[in-house]
Amino acid sequence: MSSADFLYIAVHVALAFLSVTFLVTVVKVIYGPTLPDRILALDMLVAVAIGFIAVLGIKTGYTLYLDIAIALGLVGFLATVAFARFILARGRIEEAEEGRPRLVSNPRAGISLSPEGGARSDASEKTTDAGRT
Amino acid sequence: METAINVIAGLLILAGTFFAFVAAVGLWRFPDIYSRMHAASKAGTLGSGLVLLALAVHAGDTATVSRALAGITFFLLTAPISAHLLAKAAYVVGYELAKSSVLDEMNESKRNV
Repeated sequence: MSSADFLYIAVHVALAFLSVTFLVTVVKVIYGPTLPDRILALDMLVAVAIGFIAVLGIKTGYTLYLDIAIALGLVGFLATVAFARFILARGRIEEAEEGRPRLVSNPRAGISLSPEGGARSDASEKTTDAGRT
Repeated sequence: METAINVIAGLLILAGTFFAFVAAVGLWRFPDIYSRMHAASKAGTLGSGLVLLALAVHAGDTATVSRALAGITFFLLTAPISAHLLAKAAYVVGYELAKSSVLDEMNESKRNV
């Protein structure tokens, strides 16, 4: 077996395993019990797509797709950061009885996005707590 | 030379694919979001980085090698930032650790939402 044959077999085994990995991660996006699980699986999906692009670049010689891989990584990073900010802005979560988290209503969600708003709501909470006690 | 390049590229591809697959298995096997983050951010980034390194070894062209190395550097820089931000947001908002966790050093930070 020559070395070119070894590379050919390695590329095809890698394509098969990356397909299985992609499918498993997509099923995790669908079935993930909580929102951070789905976001994490989406982040993982971007990494698997970048691996796909690199393997196809080796197989076909079209290294032009490497620029697309870099842009895809940038978009995936920004999407994860935006989703994390969304989780922060959505409000507190409490464990329900059957283990599935439930959203607790947070009327000041829009205000707490900015640091000044967060500080103000925190201070107002402290004063109301002091007033109650 | 050609033989060595082909063998090294093939081995890097197989190693990267193995790590990506292990990361996908870890997404299903770990008990809570914080331990799943270990699998997805560390093993997933290592998988795509190794395959990009295989592309750099196989191409041997200066433009392709520099772009592949730039991509690897970019992923190694951004993956910890996004994973840490997601973990911090999930913790502050109140997603619980698994029952088998033994230590929670950030317990007081839940009050500053």
